[in-house]
Amino acid sequence: MKLFSFKGGIKPDPNKTQSTVLPIAQAPLTSRYIVPLHQSVGGTPRPTVQVGERVLKGQRIGEADGWISAAVHAPTSGTVVEIGPHIIPHPSGLATDCVVIEADGRDAWIERTPFDLDQAEPDAVRDYLRDMGIVGLGGAVFPSHVKLSVPRGKQVEQLIINGAECEPFITCDDRLMREQATEVVQGSLLFGRLLNAGKVLIGIEDNKPEAIAALKEAQQQLEAPLEIVTVPTIYPTGGAKELIRVLTGKEVPGSRRSTDFGVQVFNVATVQSAWRAITYGEPLISRIVTISGAVGEARNWSVPIGMPINVLVKLAQPRTDMDGVIMGGPMMGFRIPATAAPVIKATNSLIVHAPGLFPPKPAELPCIRCGSCAQACPQELQPFELYWWSRSAKFEKLENYKLFDCIECGCCDFVCPSHIPLVNYFRFAKSEILAEQREQQIADAARERHEFRQERAEREKREKAERLAKANAARKAEGKDLSAAALSPSPKTAPANDPDAAPDISSHPDQASTPISMDNHPVLDATAKQAAILAATERARLKREKHAGKSRDTTH
Amino acid sequence: MDGILYAIAIMALGGVVLGALLGYASTRFKVEGDPLVDKIDSILPQTQCGQCGFPGCRPYAEAIAKDEADINQCPPGGDENIHKLAELLGKEYKPLSEEHGIEKPKQVAIIDEKVCIGCTLCIQACPVDAIIGAAKQMHTIAEDLCTGCELCIPPCPVECIHMVTVVDTPDTWKWQKPGTASRVIPIIPVMATIQSEHA
Ligand code: SF4
Ligand code: SF4
Ligand code: SF4
Ligand code: SF4
Repeated sequence: MKLFSFKGGIKPDPNKTQSTVLPIAQAPLTSRYIVPLHQSVGGTPRPTVQVGERVLKGQRIGEADGWISAAVHAPTSGTVVEIGPHIIPHPSGLATDCVVIEADGRDAWIERTPFDLDQAEPDAVRDYLRDMGIVGLGGAVFPSHVKLSVPRGKQVEQLIINGAECEPFITCDDRLMREQATEVVQGSLLFGRLLNAGKVLIGIEDNKPEAIAALKEAQQQLEAPLEIVTVPTIYPTGGAKELIRVLTGKEVPGSRRSTDFGVQVFNVATVQSAWRAITYGEPLISRIVTISGAVGEARNWSVPIGMPINVLVKLAQPRTDMDGVIMGGPMMGFRIPATAAPVIKATNSLIVHAPGLFPPKPAELPCIRCGSCAQACPQELQPFELYWWSRSAKFEKLENYKLFDCIECGCCDFVCPSHIPLVNYFRFAKSEILAEQREQQIADAARERHEFRQERAEREKREKAERLAKANAARKAEGKDLSAAALSPSPKTAPANDPDAAPDISSHPDQASTPISMDNHPVLDATAKQAAILAATERARLKREKHAGKSRDTTH
Repeated sequence: MDGILYAIAIMALGGVVLGALLGYASTRFKVEGDPLVDKIDSILPQTQCGQCGFPGCRPYAEAIAKDEADINQCPPGGDENIHKLAELLGKEYKPLSEEHGIEKPKQVAIIDEKVCIGCTLCIQACPVDAIIGAAKQMHTIAEDLCTGCELCIPPCPVECIHMVTVVDTPDTWKWQKPGTASRVIPIIPVMATIQSEHA
């Protein structure tokens, strides 16, 4: 097969052999699992369990919120002891809501039923995968079912299964391909079938001969109609856009979806876990994690999602001078804020850090505009320009230099003779731009709602005036007094097109929308107010007593 | 004679074409309201709190456009917005006028539902219809709609509305500019001992 190449890239020391010697080991059961509800790109799943509830291994504990979202499940059987914020492995160091499960030690599965593919509509398959929590395990954790729906009129010519694993230190996909080659091949075929793909290609870097051999053997045994393609080892070949380029020669711009060009990419572990979900009814409750770096025994572990990282790392006999843990690889990873954080679906690798493992980065020097970064950039960007405008916070300029095409691979950092932390500048600029867009959206929505409200107030004023005028005319004509007219029921004025958002004020005796100060409020004079407050506090007390003992987390 | 007829025909045709063009242009390039006011309004944060001394952001935008108000009267917009306004209007930046308030982190209102008596006074005060509830029923605030304007606080007879500062989530959190002190040190890829080669 003819291969293409992308511009740039680097060849860092792979540091992979340490962790590929030993086979994947099963992490032993621990006492507590912390399962974050929000583990994939998209909506935050709502908890479907309550504190005190007993759960079984594989039971759904959080259900997908919207189309771009994926369910989360209990990694073992036990009791839900808490639903609340815990620090997750994220560069922000912030906490998000997690379901904490105290294991009962039985590790008892929920009933598992295989999914009948032949009977199912394509939509049902996607819903099923969403409810089984299948997301991209290469690190991007994008819900897989979303990527399995191809836009109307588009055809997937090539389905690429990504086994390149180009980042140094990480070997979880390598070991998976060696040990579960049959499942990887079957998963690849499954996705090929779901996408009705013209061709299925598994791309692997040539530094993994054992994985390539294992896959080829599995392919022969299964007589699988797919191609296993060996690609040269150049970082970052494992980037989706780069692998597409190498295997198909197609160039996908940053702002476009690869399906627009007839290509879709999934990671090897993703297709394997999806295949297990379909074949055995097993949701995604564990993943393979490489533990490497300053440890006595570097290897891969099969780890339940939610296992605290400090418990896991202990199994690898970390050096006594360990001073942190990096999640991901040395190029794209980050130091986790607290080792009590749990393993999540995005945790492909943990590098135990100790002094001397990575030499400290020398101080940043001014950019000499040598152009090395641009030569190394696989996305053909000009990092020094991006750097210049990010640093001076002239974000509007960055669009011209395609900031959002940057995949944060770190090649530019790696080669920069001035040791400029370029990627961090780009991350800073990206998050500022995204925050500004978010704020603008919120402001626009507020403006719209405010204008809508003002229009309504105007209309109400007009209608009131009209009613009064009518009443006056009627009174004049019939000699009646105003009170009869005033007693007639007022028309409902709350807008009908927005029943949830618009407050129901129709039953209020005074419909003016302008703020009313307490002093001249027409309804509540001082004594009435006092009585209302007393009644309200009494009601509140009764309600509190009634609800005492009930779970507090039902409103979430 | 023919020449004159031609001339008339050409003029008539020209008139029709130009008329159509003008008609098109007037719909295509229609401006609603004053474009300068729109531009100013799009910079203002739309909190609709009235701290600027005007009953909402748009009236303040109109006053700025007419040069009847200064550009430093909006506390929610803060320093950043003053800079933007200064740039837009070619005026000199000046710090936020203290008499109009101070810049605070974004807040949202929370109703203590146990205390709320369902009087609807807060609903009437909210400029963006962020409060949901009916008379004599407990009210709640749709957090994502609330602008944090605090206008619902004074009318509440049982003081059950409180402002809470919006905290970052991993999704809204922002990377800091390198060189500024940060809680987490992202690992920088340096394997200085390793030779790097270009492919
Ligand atoms: S490699 Fe570094 S010094 Fe050279 S141009 Fe890029 S940013 Fe500047
Ligand atoms: S981090 Fe971005 S700019 Fe730097 S080399 Fe990678 S893609 Fe290019
Ligand atoms: S002070 Fe309040 S009302 Fe005035 S412009 Fe600023 S946000 Fe809008
Ligand atoms: S709920 Fe209160 S603080 Fe929030 S926008 Fe409405 S009036 Fe302002």
